[in-house]
Amino acid sequence: MMTRSRSSIALIALVVAGVAVAQAVKVDRTKAPALGTPPKLPVLPVETRTLDNGLKLMIVEHHELPVADFMLVLGSGVAMEQAAQAGVARLTAEMLTEGTKTRNSLQIADQMAYLGVQVGASLSSENPWESSMVSLHSPTGQLDSALALFSDIVLNPSFPAQEFDRLQKQRLTDLLQRKDYGPAIASEAFAAIIFGASHPYGRTTSGTEASVKGLKVSDLQLYYQTNYRPNNATLIVVGDVKPGDIERRIKTLFGNWQKSEITPPTYGVSTMGGATMVYIVDKPGAAQSSLKLGGIGVPRSTKDYFALEVMNTILGGSFTSRLNYNLREIHGYTYGAHSFFDMRKEAGPFVAQAEVVTAKTDSALIEFMKELRAIRETVPEEDLSKAKRYLQLQLPSSFETTGGIAGQLVPVSVFGLPLDYYNSYVQNIEAVTAADVQRVAKQYVNPDSISVIVVGDRKLIESRIRKLNIGAISIRDLTGKPVK
Amino acid sequence: VRRWPLVAICYLLLIVLPACRQEDGTATSSSSGVPKIKFEKYTLPNGLEVILHEDHSTPVVAVNTYYKVGSADEQVGRTGFAHLFEHIMFMGSKNVPYPMFDRLLEAAGANNNGTTDNDRTNYYETLPSNALALALWLDSDRMGFLLPTMDQAKLDAQREVVKGERLQRVENAPYGRGGEVISAALFPKAHPYSWPVIGSMKDLGAATLEDVSSFFKTYYAPNNATLVIAGDFKSDSVKKLVEAYFGDIPRGPDMPARPDPAPFAPPRDTFLVLEDRVQLPQVTYAWHTVKMFHPDDAALDVLSGVLTGGKNSRLYKKLVYDLQIAQEVSAYQAGGRIDGYYQLSFIPAPGQSPAKLDSIVRSELDSLVSHGISDRELARVLNSQRAGFLDRLASVFGKSEVLNIYNYYAGNPDYVQEDAARYAKVTREDVQRVAKTYLGAPKVVLTIVPQGEKKTMLTGGAR
Repeated sequence: MMTRSRSSIALIALVVAGVAVAQAVKVDRTKAPALGTPPKLPVLPVETRTLDNGLKLMIVEHHELPVADFMLVLGSGVAMEQAAQAGVARLTAEMLTEGTKTRNSLQIADQMAYLGVQVGASLSSENPWESSMVSLHSPTGQLDSALALFSDIVLNPSFPAQEFDRLQKQRLTDLLQRKDYGPAIASEAFAAIIFGASHPYGRTTSGTEASVKGLKVSDLQLYYQTNYRPNNATLIVVGDVKPGDIERRIKTLFGNWQKSEITPPTYGVSTMGGATMVYIVDKPGAAQSSLKLGGIGVPRSTKDYFALEVMNTILGGSFTSRLNYNLREIHGYTYGAHSFFDMRKEAGPFVAQAEVVTAKTDSALIEFMKELRAIRETVPEEDLSKAKRYLQLQLPSSFETTGGIAGQLVPVSVFGLPLDYYNSYVQNIEAVTAADVQRVAKQYVNPDSISVIVVGDRKLIESRIRKLNIGAISIRDLTGKPVK
Repeated sequence: VRRWPLVAICYLLLIVLPACRQEDGTATSSSSGVPKIKFEKYTLPNGLEVILHEDHSTPVVAVNTYYKVGSADEQVGRTGFAHLFEHIMFMGSKNVPYPMFDRLLEAAGANNNGTTDNDRTNYYETLPSNALALALWLDSDRMGFLLPTMDQAKLDAQREVVKGERLQRVENAPYGRGGEVISAALFPKAHPYSWPVIGSMKDLGAATLEDVSSFFKTYYAPNNATLVIAGDFKSDSVKKLVEAYFGDIPRGPDMPARPDPAPFAPPRDTFLVLEDRVQLPQVTYAWHTVKMFHPDDAALDVLSGVLTGGKNSRLYKKLVYDLQIAQEVSAYQAGGRIDGYYQLSFIPAPGQSPAKLDSIVRSELDSLVSHGISDRELARVLNSQRAGFLDRLASVFGKSEVLNIYNYYAGNPDYVQEDAARYAKVTREDVQRVAKTYLGAPKVVLTIVPQGEKKTMLTGGAR
């Protein structure tokens, strides 16, 4: 099966040349090599423009491959929904590719495949609560047709009733299937418990069976009319393009998009607080227990952002972090344990989590609690410096591809970060001290006031969890509601 | 794969590479427009293959080592060992005490991991270009000097982690046991593709320290490895570093013969049922097909696009879009080094029976075999592939993978043009023919059902 082409002959010549060039240098294998100065992140040349209707443009030239990424970020997501209409933001976005005034659903899909371009519309993965996104990934050779399709989807969606019926049915089936998957149940219950039903962060981004069933096409049209406005949007463009050309094209395609005032969402009061509680969700026959421990964390605008990044990297943000080292490497309870602060416009959750072997559910909880306490003590210099280097030095690889660069600009748009955010990132991380880490750990990680969610086979785990005395125990159903 | 974030252990490396098209989206028969990757390949005296690709666009470098060993090289009774061994390769070596391997890399800003499939195992680091020497030091130390610090505790620790991985991917994942049930039924007993990469709990429990030592001595030698370095470096100085770190590792014995199972053809259809903790059933058909780069491999890939790639594909349109009786449908050709299979799978919508969907699937396949496909269908599939192909070349890690895959499976890292050409040559008649030849042959049909619903399984009698 080895079909060798002519080029393999050239390779043989290179074999000889290669060995000849490689004259011996001596290395001392007993020591790690000394590394030179890390490369600096090149200043990201972001060109910005604002159209008369308020649409903001961020353009970065990147000429390595003949491709371009377009990400239209809307500053609205799940938080703009009424609770009774939960799920409308996601369905509105998904309906954009289901029909326009001049293209039906199948024609859109056919054109995408035929042009070899990818167009997608959904809630933004960066922050689905406060942003939605329409994206285009295209070879630059197809840009005329691709942008015509992209702008049509954004500006002229027709919300056909029969396509809505189909997506609504599919969403209801998705919601049914979530019951199969322990980590999804744990996420839903965790959010409902710590934020409560009246806060948008207490809901899932897909809505509930009742809310999705109640949605009508007119609800989606209203959400679209209210939120899909140029003054609520940033178009990020990265690729083999020229800013002047892009600006002209975007003005032509999006210049007539009408602006409209948008009232920011209101956030209810969350119910979290008080002493640590343990919530058990029964999933009979589960082969593992899904654990989530945490509570309400911080908004993205927190002044403690960089200290929290460093602290969480030490606690559970990387492979060598304490949680993963302890629960996976030392104890073998799990394939992976980690933690994160999900920062949104308002305070989002702080979560430490793992999927653990059923028989070690209680032992794993002991180790989680131990690490949540230990991070409140002074961190050794070695841990601090490893975490800081990790955060600082990984940055260049995030800017390797057009999609990577565009993705890095999404939070700049969603959270209104300064354009030189990444260029000052290294200094901001460097300024974090051990005292800062301890201060934010004490302030934001309090194992005496968290919610512990365990989704697993109740009859095998309950009595041993009770013996831990971590907190009062409450039995919940798959959506986080108390079981009588 | 040894860690989060979850990346599936692929059962057989799945590779779909592109064809070309002109500006207006028309598929063409030439492979122009597919960029070449410039590289230099040479071999050290100890047998280590080295492939270098310079790309200075970002100050990042990828180091990606392929070892020519995978789960297909395992012995019956030790399934899962190649992957368990992959985990052990991160547990420290003579000059790198555990757990410094990962700690040093993180402190240098690296992303690193390893993956195992049926045919090969790889280890990679993507790191800032100043830290290249660190990756070479760490990778050479475990290639040459893993055993001096190996002990029972390290084996036992990673055995537990892998058991947890199996729980997470297989036992506790909805429909998670389907893959291993199908491969056991489709391939003959003791065929190297008949067991799963992750292995069985029993075999994982049986692995010994002696197994670790003999596996290392057999397969982890420079003459069984390819080191690809792609990214921001200067070839001249890197060659010296590679020589310094890897040159003194002794050549191992010649590799044992790779498994070369006898050709086979499943004699008849096999119908299986599995109960799982799921809300909806799932039906999977599997056919024996061909290995990667076989003349029919590309046409089978194209067939998958025609059947289930996008809203206009035949089965998606019929089952999910028009009739709305399926929640999802997918198909793919999975060709490995030795052999391959084709898999088609659907989940019925609530209230819909597997039998009803089965009859529609079979009539759609019959129709494709009888009447063939249109030019537009072919063009859609071929044109869609180009974007994906360019995307694989966007990062230095992507390029290091492409070079390794071609070098290993095609015997030549410089295979981009040939690969593109084999797709560009696929005709409507090819797609019709492979559907008839391969999907017309005896198959395995697995119905995974919710608890207590075994009676809804598909059987031969349903026809």
